[in-house]
Amino acid sequence: MLRIRNVVAGYGNLTVIRRASLHVKTGEIVTIIGGNGAGKTTLLGTIAGINQSREGEIFFDNHDITKLSSDKITSRGLSLVPEGRQVFSSMTVLENLEMGAFIRYRKGEKDEIISDIEKMYRLFPILESRKHQQAGTLSGGEQQMLAIARALMGRPKLLMLDEPSLGLAPIIVQQIFSIIKELRSFGNTILLVEQNAKAALNIADRGYVMETGHILLEGTSKELLENKDVQRAYLGKEYRRINE
Amino acid sequence: MSFENVIQYFIAGITTGSIYAIVAIGFNIIYNTTGIINFAQGEFLMLGGMISITLVQFVPLPFAICAAVLITAGAGYLLERTFIRGIKNPTPLRMIIITIGLSILIREAALHIWDEKVRSLPYFTGNEITSIAIFGAHFSPQVLWVLGTSALIVVFLNFFFSYTTTGKSMRACASNRIAAALCGIDITKMVSLSFVLSAAIGALAGCVISPITQTQYDCGTSLAIKGFTAAIFGGMGSSTGAIAGGLIIGIIEAASISIIPLAYKDAITLTVLLGILIFRPGGLFANGDASSKVDRP
Repeated sequence: MLRIRNVVAGYGNLTVIRRASLHVKTGEIVTIIGGNGAGKTTLLGTIAGINQSREGEIFFDNHDITKLSSDKITSRGLSLVPEGRQVFSSMTVLENLEMGAFIRYRKGEKDEIISDIEKMYRLFPILESRKHQQAGTLSGGEQQMLAIARALMGRPKLLMLDEPSLGLAPIIVQQIFSIIKELRSFGNTILLVEQNAKAALNIADRGYVMETGHILLEGTSKELLENKDVQRAYLGKEYRRINE
Repeated sequence: MSFENVIQYFIAGITTGSIYAIVAIGFNIIYNTTGIINFAQGEFLMLGGMISITLVQFVPLPFAICAAVLITAGAGYLLERTFIRGIKNPTPLRMIIITIGLSILIREAALHIWDEKVRSLPYFTGNEITSIAIFGAHFSPQVLWVLGTSALIVVFLNFFFSYTTTGKSMRACASNRIAAALCGIDITKMVSLSFVLSAAIGALAGCVISPITQTQYDCGTSLAIKGFTAAIFGGMGSSTGAIAGGLIIGIIEAASISIIPLAYKDAITLTVLLGILIFRPGGLFANGDASSKVDRP
């Protein structure tokens, strides 16, 4: 579904992504793990068209989307839930959801949009009780749920999530991850970027490990969970215990 | 000061004040979607007035006004397309200099197309000496046209921004541009639309005010300063603030005439502007989104 090859990207003189390649197949949950500053967010931003790649190609659904702007990419069914939520804080929860379905209003899917909003309320009951509240007044976890729901309103073929657990209480993180797992059972394809490697690998089918702009490792979640380097660097297991 | 005088000043104040409010709303529409303060906003009023005055010699008044609004809206689109969209790195300072340049350009172009004569549209109902009396104060029926049109513009914009998908998506752009693009909203289109919309309401305001204040090639500048003061007064980006700011400034200005000479009228507005910038730079109804725009990464 998504295939990127040898992508190089960065800001100004700074190169952040150095020849990264990866792919996501339909129905999969794929995760990219890695530490701070590894380039995960930049990579997702480049795929979504927020920043442009300097080299390499990005194919989505067999179409070249390398040079497209982010609104065009979203219209093709590739949605990004950006890092730090980025809800429309001065608009109500309901309006945020409506904006998520922006591309569908033009296709005249008004009735389906209304029923999708109801679906989102079932998936995230807290949003229904807050529907007329300004999104900026929600708590961090609620905003994250709204951001995910907003992206789902566009009925994306592939949903990309950037650090959905960032800055949230552990219990909320658990909720968010179980929702992501639930999304897969609805047939969504997901590309998940996380610093919380363990949680991410536990729900993903495959994973990529990223460091200083390179993709270092790739494999199934099981392989990565058992990999000693991954355990030491990202899963917080001690070096000695691994060697024992 | 007699009661009649108070009423008289008050009505004069809200009449010009409502026009300042419309100018301020024009500033806000563009500011919210782009972060640019468009100093050519006053020129839209001048263009609206001038074009309708020219056209009214050939067609009936309502058609002349409609055509003037459409032509000015087209001019707004062209300005954005030619001078704003191509800017690679739109820093606030750069954009301010560009829009000030545009305002001078439009003014000089208007001087060449028309001339430096003061003109005005005919009164919509009655003529210069028709007057209506309320509580002993006399005012022209044109005042009602101005107030009515301003109210209509405000109601229309309110409806547009709260209930239509396009209006909501413009607010989404104002709230968070990147997130708006990620929702599939075409930001470039919204920016164009904001220029078209503000040019159109500016032109309409320029037409209705023309019989009272007259129109001249350079009348946009002072309107822009008043409107800008109103926008700052109310808090940049807030439409309620713009209306309140516009009316308050109109009333202060009108009331000042009774105390100090007419020539100082503009100085009053500028004093208010300085006062706000020094003591309450966020404005009365500071809009969360607008004021946080500065520190957003």
